Amino acid sequence: MSRPERPPLGQRPPVLEMIGVDKTFNGDVVALNAMSLTVNQGDFISLLGPSGCGKSTALRLIAGLSLPSRGKIAWAGGQGENDLGVVFQEPTLMPWATVSENVWLPFRLRGQPYAAVKDDVLEALKLVGLEKFQNAYPRELSGGMKMRVSIARAMVTKPRLILMDEPFAALDEITRFRLNNDLLKLKEAIGCTVIFVTHSVFESVFLSDRIVVMAARPGRVIREVIVPAPYPRDEEFRTSADYAALCREASAALHEAMGEHA
Amino acid sequence: MSLTDTRATAAEPVALDAEDLRRLRLQRFDKIGKWLLPLAVLILTIIGWDRLVVWNDIPHYILPGPGLVWTTLVTDWAMLFEALLVTLQITMMALAVAVIGGVGLAVLFTQSRLVEMSFYPYAVILQVTPIVAIAPLIFIYVDSRTAGLLMCAWLVAFFPVLSNTTLGLNSADHNLRDLFRIYGATRWQTLRYLRLPSALPYFLGGLRIAGGLALIGAVVAEYVAGTGGIGSGLAFRILEAGYRLNIPRMFAALLLIAVTGVVIFAGLSFLSHMLLRKWHESAIKRET
Ligand SMILES: Nc1ncnc2c1ncn2[C@@H]1O[C@H](COP(=O)(O)OP(=O)(O)O)[C@@H](O)[C@H]1O
Ligand SMILES: [Mg+2]
Repeated sequence: MSRPERPPLGQRPPVLEMIGVDKTFNGDVVALNAMSLTVNQGDFISLLGPSGCGKSTALRLIAGLSLPSRGKIAWAGGQGENDLGVVFQEPTLMPWATVSENVWLPFRLRGQPYAAVKDDVLEALKLVGLEKFQNAYPRELSGGMKMRVSIARAMVTKPRLILMDEPFAALDEITRFRLNNDLLKLKEAIGCTVIFVTHSVFESVFLSDRIVVMAARPGRVIREVIVPAPYPRDEEFRTSADYAALCREASAALHEAMGEHA
Repeated sequence: MSLTDTRATAAEPVALDAEDLRRLRLQRFDKIGKWLLPLAVLILTIIGWDRLVVWNDIPHYILPGPGLVWTTLVTDWAMLFEALLVTLQITMMALAVAVIGGVGLAVLFTQSRLVEMSFYPYAVILQVTPIVAIAPLIFIYVDSRTAGLLMCAWLVAFFPVLSNTTLGLNSADHNLRDLFRIYGATRWQTLRYLRLPSALPYFLGGLRIAGGLALIGAVVAEYVAGTGGIGSGLAFRILEAGYRLNIPRMFAALLLIAVTGVVIFAGLSFLSHMLLRKWHESAIKRET
Protein backbone atom coordinates (compact mmCIF):
# COMPACT_ATOMS: atom_id res chain seq x y z
CA MET A 1 0.00 0.00 0.00
CA SER A 2 2.96 2.33 0.49
CA ARG A 3 3.19 5.07 -2.04
CA PRO A 4 6.33 5.40 -4.15
CA GLU A 5 7.56 8.51 -2.34
CA ARG A 6 7.12 6.66 0.91
CA PRO A 7 9.47 3.68 1.03
CA PRO A 8 8.96 1.15 3.82
CA LEU A 9 10.55 1.71 7.22
CA GLY A 10 14.28 1.19 7.10
CA GLN A 11 14.65 2.47 3.54
CA ARG A 12 13.78 6.11 4.08
CA PRO A 13 16.48 8.80 3.93
CA PRO A 14 17.12 10.48 7.29
CA VAL A 15 15.86 14.00 8.02
CA LEU A 16 17.13 14.59 11.49
CA GLU A 17 19.22 12.83 14.06
CA MET A 18 19.35 13.27 17.83
CA ILE A 19 22.54 11.77 19.19
CA GLY A 20 22.91 11.20 22.94
CA VAL A 21 21.03 14.34 23.84
CA ASP A 22 20.87 15.38 27.50
CA LYS A 23 18.92 18.32 28.81
CA THR A 24 19.33 19.52 32.37
CA PHE A 25 17.50 22.50 33.87
CA ASN A 26 19.14 24.57 36.61
CA GLY A 27 21.88 21.99 36.85
CA ASP A 28 19.79 19.39 38.69
CA VAL A 29 16.48 18.65 36.91
CA VAL A 30 17.35 16.03 34.30
CA ALA A 31 14.56 16.50 31.76
CA LEU A 32 16.14 14.29 29.14
CA ASN A 33 18.85 11.69 29.45
CA ALA A 34 20.87 10.29 26.52
CA MET A 35 18.08 10.50 23.98
CA SER A 36 18.92 9.24 20.53
CA LEU A 37 16.42 9.25 17.71
CA THR A 38 16.65 9.15 13.96
CA VAL A 39 13.79 10.73 12.09
CA ASN A 40 13.42 9.57 8.51
CA GLN A 41 11.58 11.17 5.66
CA GLY A 42 7.91 10.18 5.71
CA ASP A 43 8.01 8.86 9.29
CA PHE A 44 5.08 9.38 11.59
CA ILE A 45 6.70 9.09 15.01
CA SER A 46 4.77 9.30 18.27
CA LEU A 47 6.47 10.20 21.51
CA LEU A 48 4.40 8.38 24.12
CA GLY A 49 4.93 8.72 27.85
CA PRO A 50 3.61 9.99 31.17
CA SER A 51 3.72 13.74 31.74
CA GLY A 52 7.08 15.05 32.83
CA CYS A 53 9.08 12.52 30.81
CA GLY A 54 10.58 15.20 28.59
CA LYS A 55 8.42 14.95 25.47
CA SER A 56 7.93 18.71 25.16
CA THR A 57 11.57 19.27 26.04
CA ALA A 58 12.59 17.00 23.16
CA LEU A 59 10.41 18.97 20.73
CA ARG A 60 11.76 22.30 21.98
CA LEU A 61 15.30 21.06 21.45
CA ILE A 62 14.48 19.94 17.91
CA ALA A 63 12.79 23.29 17.23
CA GLY A 64 15.92 25.09 18.41
CA LEU A 65 14.00 26.88 21.16
CA SER A 66 16.49 25.58 23.69
CA LEU A 67 19.92 24.05 23.44
CA PRO A 68 20.98 20.55 24.50
CA SER A 69 23.17 20.31 27.60
CA ARG A 70 25.08 17.51 25.93
CA GLY A 71 24.89 15.60 22.65
CA LYS A 72 23.79 17.02 19.35
CA ILE A 73 20.92 17.41 16.97
CA ALA A 74 21.82 17.25 13.31
CA TRP A 75 19.69 17.97 10.28
CA ALA A 76 20.52 15.93 7.20
CA GLY A 77 22.10 18.34 4.73
CA GLY A 78 22.22 21.14 7.32
CA GLN A 79 19.56 23.51 8.57
CA GLY A 80 17.47 25.52 6.17
CA GLU A 81 14.69 28.05 6.04
CA ASN A 82 11.91 25.53 5.63
CA ASP A 83 12.70 22.94 8.25
CA LEU A 84 9.79 23.15 10.62
CA GLY A 85 6.08 23.47 11.17
CA VAL A 86 4.74 23.37 14.72
CA VAL A 87 1.37 22.65 16.30
CA PHE A 88 0.99 23.26 20.04
CA GLN A 89 -1.58 21.91 22.47
CA GLU A 90 -3.50 25.18 22.14
CA PRO A 91 -4.36 26.37 18.63
CA THR A 92 -2.10 29.42 19.21
CA LEU A 93 -3.73 31.57 16.55
CA MET A 94 -3.49 35.33 16.37
CA PRO A 95 -6.98 36.46 17.45
CA TRP A 96 -6.72 39.74 15.54
CA ALA A 97 -6.04 38.03 12.22
CA THR A 98 -8.42 36.12 9.99
CA VAL A 99 -8.04 32.42 9.32
CA SER A 100 -6.22 32.97 6.03
CA GLU A 101 -3.95 35.61 7.55
CA ASN A 102 -3.04 33.15 10.28
CA VAL A 103 -2.16 30.48 7.75
CA TRP A 104 -0.18 33.02 5.73
CA LEU A 105 2.07 33.76 8.75
CA PRO A 106 5.02 31.44 7.99
CA PHE A 107 5.23 32.87 4.46
CA ARG A 108 4.72 36.41 5.67
CA LEU A 109 7.63 36.13 8.09
CA ARG A 110 9.79 35.16 5.12
CA GLY A 111 8.73 38.34 3.40
CA GLN A 112 6.32 36.79 0.94
CA PRO A 113 3.27 38.90 0.13
CA TYR A 114 -0.16 37.31 0.41
CA ALA A 115 -0.87 37.50 -3.31
CA ALA A 116 2.22 35.41 -4.07
CA VAL A 117 1.22 32.52 -1.80
CA LYS A 118 -2.55 32.83 -1.84
CA ASP A 119 -2.95 29.54 -3.70
CA ASP A 120 -0.87 27.65 -1.14
CA VAL A 121 -2.82 29.18 1.73
CA LEU A 122 -6.17 28.31 0.18
CA GLU A 123 -5.02 24.81 -0.68
CA ALA A 124 -3.88 24.21 2.90
CA LEU A 125 -7.24 25.45 4.15
CA LYS A 126 -9.00 23.19 1.70
CA LEU A 127 -6.99 20.20 2.91
CA VAL A 128 -8.21 20.79 6.47
CA GLY A 129 -11.74 21.44 5.23
CA LEU A 130 -11.91 25.12 6.11
CA GLU A 131 -11.77 26.89 2.75
CA LYS A 132 -15.17 28.48 3.48
CA PHE A 133 -13.85 30.03 6.68
CA GLN A 134 -10.87 31.90 5.27
CA ASN A 135 -12.26 35.29 6.28
CA ALA A 136 -13.51 34.24 9.72
CA TYR A 137 -11.79 35.27 12.93
CA PRO A 138 -10.54 32.54 15.27
CA ARG A 139 -13.14 33.35 17.92
CA GLU A 140 -15.89 32.38 15.50
CA LEU A 141 -14.52 28.82 15.22
CA SER A 142 -14.95 25.80 17.47
CA GLY A 143 -11.97 24.25 19.24
CA GLY A 144 -11.60 21.55 16.61
CA MET A 145 -11.73 24.05 13.76
CA LYS A 146 -9.11 26.25 15.40
CA MET A 147 -6.86 23.22 15.67
CA ARG A 148 -7.37 22.58 11.95
CA VAL A 149 -6.25 26.13 11.19
CA SER A 150 -3.20 25.54 13.35
CA ILE A 151 -2.43 22.36 11.38
CA ALA A 152 -2.93 24.17 8.07
CA ARG A 153 -0.46 26.82 9.21
CA ALA A 154 2.11 24.18 10.17
CA MET A 155 1.96 22.43 6.79
CA VAL A 156 1.36 25.33 4.42
CA THR A 157 5.05 25.73 3.62
CA LYS A 158 5.50 21.93 3.26
CA PRO A 159 8.31 21.89 5.84
CA ARG A 160 10.75 19.02 6.22
CA LEU A 161 9.40 18.14 9.68
CA ILE A 162 6.20 18.90 11.55
CA LEU A 163 6.23 18.88 15.35
CA MET A 164 2.94 18.37 17.18
CA ASP A 165 2.82 18.64 20.98
CA GLU A 166 -0.37 16.95 22.26
CA PRO A 167 -2.42 18.86 19.69
CA PHE A 168 -5.70 17.09 20.41
CA ALA A 169 -5.38 16.65 24.18
CA ALA A 170 -7.80 19.46 24.96
CA LEU A 171 -10.49 18.32 22.51
CA ASP A 172 -13.47 16.08 23.15
CA GLU A 173 -13.33 12.43 22.11
CA ILE A 174 -15.45 12.74 18.96
CA THR A 175 -13.56 15.73 17.60
CA ARG A 176 -10.30 14.00 18.43
CA PHE A 177 -11.27 10.87 16.46
CA ARG A 178 -12.27 12.91 13.47
CA LEU A 179 -9.05 14.93 13.59
CA ASN A 180 -7.00 11.73 13.87
CA ASN A 181 -8.60 10.42 10.68
CA ASP A 182 -8.16 13.71 8.87
CA LEU A 183 -4.56 14.07 9.98
CA LEU A 184 -3.73 10.74 8.37
CA LYS A 185 -5.47 11.71 5.15
CA LEU A 186 -3.56 14.94 5.16
CA LYS A 187 -0.30 13.16 5.74
CA GLU A 188 -0.99 10.86 2.80
CA ALA A 189 -1.89 13.83 0.64
CA ILE A 190 1.27 15.84 1.24
CA GLY A 191 3.65 13.11 2.44
CA CYS A 192 5.02 15.04 5.42
CA THR A 193 7.23 13.84 8.26
CA VAL A 194 5.72 14.17 11.73
CA ILE A 195 6.78 13.88 15.37
CA PHE A 196 3.61 13.68 17.40
CA VAL A 197 3.56 13.92 21.20
CA THR A 198 0.71 12.22 23.01
CA HIS A 199 -0.10 10.33 26.14
CA SER A 200 -2.89 8.37 24.51
CA VAL A 201 -1.93 4.81 23.59
CA PHE A 202 -4.83 4.50 21.12
CA GLU A 203 -3.97 7.72 19.33
CA SER A 204 -0.32 6.76 18.99
CA VAL A 205 -1.07 3.31 17.57
CA PHE A 206 -3.65 4.60 15.14
CA LEU A 207 -1.48 7.38 13.78
CA SER A 208 2.13 6.35 13.79
CA ASP A 209 4.45 3.87 12.21
CA ARG A 210 6.92 4.23 15.09
CA ILE A 211 6.04 4.76 18.74
CA VAL A 212 8.87 5.95 20.94
CA VAL A 213 7.92 5.15 24.55
CA MET A 214 9.49 7.38 27.18
CA ALA A 215 9.83 7.24 30.97
CA ALA A 216 10.25 10.06 33.46
CA ARG A 217 12.85 10.96 36.09
CA PRO A 218 15.08 11.09 34.27
CA GLY A 219 13.27 11.53 30.95
CA ARG A 220 14.52 8.85 28.59
CA VAL A 221 13.51 6.52 25.78
CA ILE A 222 12.79 3.00 27.04
CA ARG A 223 11.36 1.26 23.99
CA GLU A 224 10.31 1.65 20.41
CA VAL A 225 7.16 -0.04 19.16
CA ILE A 226 6.84 -0.47 15.40
CA VAL A 227 3.35 -0.32 13.92
CA PRO A 228 3.65 -2.24 10.65
CA ALA A 229 0.04 -1.69 9.51
CA PRO A 230 -0.03 0.02 6.09
CA TYR A 231 -1.55 3.43 5.42
CA PRO A 232 -4.18 4.60 4.67
CA ARG A 233 -5.73 3.50 7.93
CA ASP A 234 -9.40 3.90 8.66
CA GLU A 235 -12.13 2.76 11.03
CA GLU A 236 -11.55 -0.80 9.90
CA PHE A 237 -8.01 -0.67 11.27
CA ARG A 238 -9.34 0.79 14.50
CA THR A 239 -11.50 -2.25 15.10
CA SER A 240 -9.01 -4.86 13.86
CA ALA A 241 -7.27 -7.51 15.96
CA ASP A 242 -3.88 -6.12 14.89
CA TYR A 243 -4.78 -2.76 16.31
CA ALA A 244 -5.89 -4.30 19.61
CA ALA A 245 -2.69 -6.31 19.89
CA LEU A 246 -0.52 -3.27 19.15
CA CYS A 247 -2.43 -1.22 21.71
CA ARG A 248 -1.75 -3.94 24.28
CA GLU A 249 1.93 -3.88 23.42
CA ALA A 250 2.21 -0.10 23.59
CA SER A 251 0.15 -0.05 26.75
CA ALA A 252 2.45 -2.59 28.40
CA ALA A 253 5.45 -0.46 27.46
CA LEU A 254 3.76 2.61 28.88
CA HIS A 255 3.00 0.79 32.13
CA GLU A 256 6.59 -0.27 32.33
CA ALA A 257 7.56 3.36 31.83
CA MET A 258 5.29 4.51 34.63
CA GLY A 259 5.89 1.55 36.95
CA GLU A 260 9.61 2.12 37.22
CA HIS A 261 9.25 5.09 39.45
CA ALA A 262 5.73 4.60 40.85
CA MET B 1 -14.32 24.99 23.48
CA SER B 2 -16.20 22.65 21.22
CA LEU B 3 -17.74 21.12 24.34
CA THR B 4 -19.47 24.38 25.05
CA ASP B 5 -20.39 24.63 21.38
CA THR B 6 -22.21 21.33 21.38
CA ARG B 7 -23.95 22.24 24.60
CA ALA B 8 -25.14 25.52 23.12
CA THR B 9 -26.76 23.84 20.15
CA ALA B 10 -28.04 20.81 22.05
CA ALA B 11 -29.84 22.95 24.62
CA GLU B 12 -31.76 25.00 22.05
CA PRO B 13 -35.00 25.45 23.97
CA VAL B 14 -38.33 24.66 22.36
CA ALA B 15 -40.38 26.34 25.05
CA LEU B 16 -38.95 28.85 27.50
CA ASP B 17 -38.72 27.50 31.01
CA ALA B 18 -38.96 29.56 34.18
CA GLU B 19 -35.22 30.20 34.26
CA ASP B 20 -35.15 31.47 30.68
CA LEU B 21 -38.06 33.77 31.35
CA ARG B 22 -36.35 35.16 34.42
CA ARG B 23 -33.16 35.72 32.48
CA LEU B 24 -35.02 37.48 29.67
CA ARG B 25 -36.81 39.71 32.17
CA LEU B 26 -33.53 40.56 33.81
CA GLN B 27 -31.95 41.37 30.44
CA ARG B 28 -34.79 43.66 29.48
CA PHE B 29 -34.58 45.39 32.85
CA ASP B 30 -30.82 45.81 32.48
CA LYS B 31 -31.16 47.29 29.02
CA ILE B 32 -33.72 49.92 29.99
CA GLY B 33 -32.45 50.50 33.52
CA LYS B 34 -28.97 51.34 32.31
CA TRP B 35 -30.33 54.54 30.77
CA LEU B 36 -33.49 55.22 32.73
CA LEU B 37 -32.12 55.01 36.24
CA PRO B 38 -29.25 57.50 35.88
CA LEU B 39 -31.62 59.81 34.03
CA ALA B 40 -34.13 59.60 36.86
CA VAL B 41 -31.41 60.37 39.38
CA LEU B 42 -30.34 63.39 37.31
CA ILE B 43 -33.87 64.77 37.05
CA LEU B 44 -34.57 64.23 40.74
CA THR B 45 -31.29 65.93 41.65
CA ILE B 46 -32.07 68.96 39.50
CA ILE B 47 -35.58 69.25 40.93
CA GLY B 48 -34.24 68.81 44.47
CA TRP B 49 -31.53 71.41 43.85
CA ASP B 50 -34.10 73.84 42.44
CA ARG B 51 -36.51 73.34 45.35
CA LEU B 52 -33.68 73.69 47.88
CA VAL B 53 -32.76 77.08 46.42
CA VAL B 54 -36.34 78.36 46.06
CA TRP B 55 -37.73 77.14 49.38
CA ASN B 56 -34.75 78.42 51.39
CA ASP B 57 -34.45 81.69 49.50
CA ILE B 58 -30.76 81.04 48.92
CA PRO B 59 -29.19 84.07 47.18
CA HIS B 60 -27.64 83.29 43.79
CA TYR B 61 -24.17 84.42 44.87
CA ILE B 62 -24.18 81.54 47.36
CA LEU B 63 -25.94 78.83 45.40
CA PRO B 64 -27.63 79.55 42.06
CA GLY B 65 -30.53 77.37 40.98
CA PRO B 66 -30.25 75.10 37.95
CA GLY B 67 -32.36 77.47 35.82
CA LEU B 68 -30.01 80.37 36.45
CA VAL B 69 -26.97 78.21 35.67
CA TRP B 70 -28.58 77.30 32.37
CA THR B 71 -29.43 80.91 31.40
CA THR B 72 -25.88 81.92 32.33
CA LEU B 73 -24.53 79.21 30.11
CA VAL B 74 -26.64 80.55 27.26
CA THR B 75 -25.86 84.25 27.76
CA ASP B 76 -22.12 83.70 28.37
CA TRP B 77 -21.89 81.09 25.64
CA ALA B 78 -19.57 83.03 23.34
CA MET B 79 -16.97 83.60 26.03
CA LEU B 80 -17.31 80.16 27.61
CA PHE B 81 -17.16 78.36 24.28
CA GLU B 82 -14.00 80.18 23.32
CA ALA B 83 -12.47 79.17 26.64
CA LEU B 84 -13.64 75.62 26.11
CA LEU B 85 -11.86 75.48 22.75
CA VAL B 86 -8.63 76.64 24.38
CA THR B 87 -8.83 73.97 27.09
CA LEU B 88 -9.84 71.35 24.58
CA GLN B 89 -6.92 72.22 22.34
CA ILE B 90 -4.42 71.81 25.17
CA THR B 91 -6.09 68.55 26.21
CA MET B 92 -6.03 67.05 22.75
CA MET B 93 -2.47 68.09 22.02
CA ALA B 94 -1.35 66.70 25.36
CA LEU B 95 -3.17 63.46 24.66
CA ALA B 96 -1.57 63.18 21.24
CA VAL B 97 1.91 63.74 22.67
CA ALA B 98 1.12 61.31 25.49
CA VAL B 99 0.22 58.65 22.94
CA ILE B 100 3.35 59.24 20.88
CA GLY B 101 5.61 59.50 23.92
CA GLY B 102 3.94 56.69 25.86
CA VAL B 103 3.85 54.19 23.02
CA GLY B 104 7.32 55.17 21.81
CA LEU B 105 8.82 54.75 25.26
CA ALA B 106 6.97 51.48 25.80
CA VAL B 107 8.35 50.09 22.54
CA LEU B 108 11.82 51.28 23.50
CA PHE B 109 11.47 49.61 26.92
CA THR B 110 10.46 46.27 25.46
CA GLN B 111 13.20 46.39 22.83
CA SER B 112 15.98 47.15 25.26
CA ARG B 113 16.18 45.89 28.85
CA LEU B 114 19.00 48.39 29.32
CA VAL B 115 16.81 51.39 28.53
CA GLU B 116 13.96 50.00 30.61
CA MET B 117 16.08 49.38 33.69
CA SER B 118 17.66 52.82 33.38
CA PHE B 119 14.56 54.94 32.85
CA TYR B 120 11.50 53.14 34.20
CA PRO B 121 12.07 54.33 37.80
CA TYR B 122 12.08 57.93 36.58
CA ALA B 123 8.85 57.49 34.69
CA VAL B 124 7.31 56.29 37.95
CA ILE B 125 8.76 59.21 39.91
CA LEU B 126 7.31 61.68 37.41
CA GLN B 127 3.97 59.98 37.76
CA VAL B 128 3.77 59.89 41.55
CA THR B 129 4.87 63.50 42.05
CA PRO B 130 1.71 65.66 42.15
CA ILE B 131 1.41 67.85 39.08
CA VAL B 132 0.42 70.90 41.15
CA ALA B 133 3.82 70.68 42.80
CA ILE B 134 5.72 70.53 39.52
CA ALA B 135 3.62 73.01 37.52
CA PRO B 136 4.91 76.25 39.11
CA LEU B 137 8.46 75.24 38.29
CA ILE B 138 7.52 74.46 34.73
CA PHE B 139 6.03 77.92 34.31
CA ILE B 140 9.23 79.48 35.63
CA TYR B 141 11.42 77.78 33.06
CA VAL B 142 9.10 77.53 30.09
CA ASP B 143 8.37 80.86 28.42
CA SER B 144 5.48 79.90 26.22
CA ARG B 145 2.27 79.59 28.21
CA THR B 146 0.86 77.04 25.81
CA ALA B 147 4.02 74.93 25.96
CA GLY B 148 3.88 75.00 29.76
CA LEU B 149 0.24 73.95 29.86
CA LEU B 150 0.93 71.25 27.34
CA MET B 151 3.81 69.93 29.34
CA CYS B 152 1.75 69.71 32.53
CA ALA B 153 -1.14 67.95 30.82
CA TRP B 154 1.29 65.58 29.12
CA LEU B 155 3.03 64.71 32.38
CA VAL B 156 -0.27 63.62 33.87
CA ALA B 157 -1.55 61.78 30.83
CA PHE B 158 1.39 59.84 29.51
CA PHE B 159 1.97 57.36 32.30
CA PRO B 160 -1.15 55.21 31.85
CA VAL B 161 -0.35 54.97 28.13
CA LEU B 162 3.23 53.98 28.90
CA SER B 163 2.47 51.42 31.59
CA ASN B 164 -0.50 49.85 29.83
CA THR B 165 1.29 49.61 26.51
CA THR B 166 4.38 48.11 28.15
CA LEU B 167 2.17 45.54 29.85
CA GLY B 168 0.43 44.81 26.55
CA LEU B 169 3.65 44.44 24.57
CA ASN B 170 4.84 41.91 27.12
CA SER B 171 1.57 40.00 27.20
CA ALA B 172 1.96 38.41 23.77
CA ASP B 173 1.18 34.69 23.91
CA HIS B 174 4.26 32.61 24.74
CA ASN B 175 3.55 29.91 22.19
CA LEU B 176 3.11 32.54 19.50
CA ARG B 177 6.44 34.06 20.47
CA ASP B 178 8.05 30.62 20.16
CA LEU B 179 6.39 30.20 16.79
CA PHE B 180 7.80 33.52 15.59
CA ARG B 181 11.25 32.41 16.77
CA ILE B 182 10.94 29.08 14.98
CA TYR B 183 10.01 30.88 11.78
CA GLY B 184 13.02 33.13 12.18
CA ALA B 185 11.05 36.36 12.57
CA THR B 186 13.11 39.54 12.89
CA ARG B 187 12.72 41.85 15.87
CA TRP B 188 10.77 44.26 13.75
CA GLN B 189 8.42 41.52 12.48
CA THR B 190 7.77 40.29 16.00
CA LEU B 191 7.01 43.84 17.08
CA ARG B 192 4.82 44.65 14.11
CA TYR B 193 2.89 41.41 13.74
CA LEU B 194 2.80 40.09 17.30
CA ARG B 195 3.61 42.51 20.08
CA LEU B 196 1.82 45.61 18.82
CA PRO B 197 -1.47 43.82 18.04
CA SER B 198 -1.29 42.05 21.42
CA ALA B 199 -0.81 45.43 23.07
CA LEU B 200 -3.70 47.17 21.30
CA PRO B 201 -6.45 46.35 23.85
CA TYR B 202 -4.17 47.36 26.74
CA PHE B 203 -3.13 50.55 24.96
CA LEU B 204 -6.76 51.51 24.36
CA GLY B 205 -7.55 50.93 28.03
CA GLY B 206 -4.68 53.26 28.93
CA LEU B 207 -5.82 55.80 26.35
CA ARG B 208 -9.27 56.06 27.95
CA ILE B 209 -7.71 56.85 31.30
CA ALA B 210 -5.22 59.23 29.70
CA GLY B 211 -8.04 61.18 27.98
CA GLY B 212 -9.58 62.08 31.33
CA LEU B 213 -6.21 62.79 32.89
CA ALA B 214 -5.14 65.09 30.05
CA LEU B 215 -8.22 67.23 30.73
CA ILE B 216 -7.45 67.27 34.45
CA GLY B 217 -3.83 68.17 33.70
CA ALA B 218 -4.86 71.01 31.40
CA VAL B 219 -7.29 72.44 33.98
CA VAL B 220 -4.87 72.16 36.91
CA ALA B 221 -2.09 73.76 34.87
CA GLU B 222 -4.35 76.68 33.99
CA TYR B 223 -5.09 77.24 37.66
CA VAL B 224 -1.39 77.36 38.36
CA ALA B 225 -0.55 79.52 35.36
CA GLY B 226 -3.22 81.93 36.51
CA THR B 227 -2.71 84.83 34.09
CA GLY B 228 -5.71 85.54 31.96
CA GLY B 229 -6.65 87.77 29.08
CA ILE B 230 -7.21 86.43 25.63
CA GLY B 231 -6.54 82.78 24.97
CA SER B 232 -7.42 81.64 28.46
CA GLY B 233 -9.24 78.39 29.09
CA LEU B 234 -12.18 77.27 31.17
CA ALA B 235 -10.23 76.91 34.40
CA PHE B 236 -9.19 80.53 34.22
CA ARG B 237 -12.79 81.55 33.58
CA ILE B 238 -13.79 79.72 36.76
CA LEU B 239 -11.09 81.49 38.77
CA GLU B 240 -12.04 84.84 37.33
CA ALA B 241 -15.75 84.29 37.98
CA GLY B 242 -14.84 83.29 41.54
CA TYR B 243 -13.06 86.59 42.17
CA ARG B 244 -16.13 88.43 40.93
CA LEU B 245 -18.50 86.26 42.95
CA ASN B 246 -20.20 85.29 39.71
CA ILE B 247 -21.20 81.89 41.06
CA PRO B 248 -23.64 80.99 38.24
CA ARG B 249 -20.84 81.34 35.70
CA MET B 250 -18.60 79.14 37.82
CA PHE B 251 -21.26 76.47 37.71
CA ALA B 252 -21.78 76.90 33.99
CA ALA B 253 -18.05 76.52 33.28
CA LEU B 254 -17.86 73.54 35.61
CA LEU B 255 -20.73 71.94 33.73
CA LEU B 256 -18.89 72.42 30.45
CA ILE B 257 -15.72 70.81 31.82
CA ALA B 258 -17.68 67.83 33.14
CA VAL B 259 -19.50 67.36 29.82
CA THR B 260 -16.18 67.62 27.97
CA GLY B 261 -14.71 64.89 30.18
CA VAL B 262 -17.68 62.63 29.51
CA VAL B 263 -17.50 63.26 25.75
CA ILE B 264 -13.78 62.47 25.66
CA PHE B 265 -14.33 59.26 27.58
CA ALA B 266 -17.26 58.21 25.41
CA GLY B 267 -15.36 59.04 22.22
CA LEU B 268 -12.34 57.00 23.24
CA SER B 269 -14.57 54.12 24.36
CA PHE B 270 -16.22 54.17 20.96
CA LEU B 271 -12.85 54.21 19.21
CA SER B 272 -11.77 51.26 21.33
CA HIS B 273 -14.93 49.37 20.49
CA MET B 274 -14.53 49.98 16.77
CA LEU B 275 -10.92 48.82 16.74
CA LEU B 276 -11.51 45.68 18.79
CA ARG B 277 -15.01 44.61 17.88
CA LYS B 278 -13.94 41.99 15.38
CA TRP B 279 -11.69 39.97 17.62
CA HIS B 280 -11.33 41.02 21.24
CA GLU B 281 -13.40 39.53 24.06
CA SER B 282 -14.01 42.90 25.70
CA ALA B 283 -15.84 44.17 22.61
CA ILE B 284 -17.92 41.08 21.91
CA LYS B 285 -21.48 40.88 23.12
CA ARG B 286 -22.49 37.55 24.58
CA GLU B 287 -24.78 35.80 22.13
CA THR B 288 -27.30 34.67 24.72
N1 LIG C 1 12.12 25.53 31.61
C1 LIG C 1 12.20 24.55 32.53
N2 LIG C 1 12.82 24.77 33.72
C2 LIG C 1 12.91 23.78 34.64
N3 LIG C 1 12.41 22.56 34.50
C3 LIG C 1 11.78 22.27 33.35
C4 LIG C 1 11.63 23.24 32.32
N4 LIG C 1 10.95 22.67 31.29
C5 LIG C 1 10.69 21.42 31.67
N5 LIG C 1 11.18 21.17 32.90
C6 LIG C 1 11.13 19.88 33.61
O1 LIG C 1 11.57 18.87 32.75
C7 LIG C 1 10.79 17.71 32.88
C8 LIG C 1 10.18 17.32 31.53
O2 LIG C 1 9.23 18.31 31.14
P1 LIG C 1 8.41 18.24 29.78
O3 LIG C 1 9.35 18.07 28.67
O4 LIG C 1 7.53 19.42 29.74
O5 LIG C 1 7.56 16.92 29.99
P2 LIG C 1 6.32 16.38 29.14
O6 LIG C 1 6.10 17.27 27.97
O7 LIG C 1 6.70 14.99 28.76
O8 LIG C 1 5.16 16.36 30.07
C9 LIG C 1 9.73 18.01 33.93
O9 LIG C 1 10.15 17.45 35.15
C10 LIG C 1 9.71 19.49 34.00
O10 LIG C 1 9.38 19.92 35.28
MG1 LIG D 1 4.34 18.47 27.43
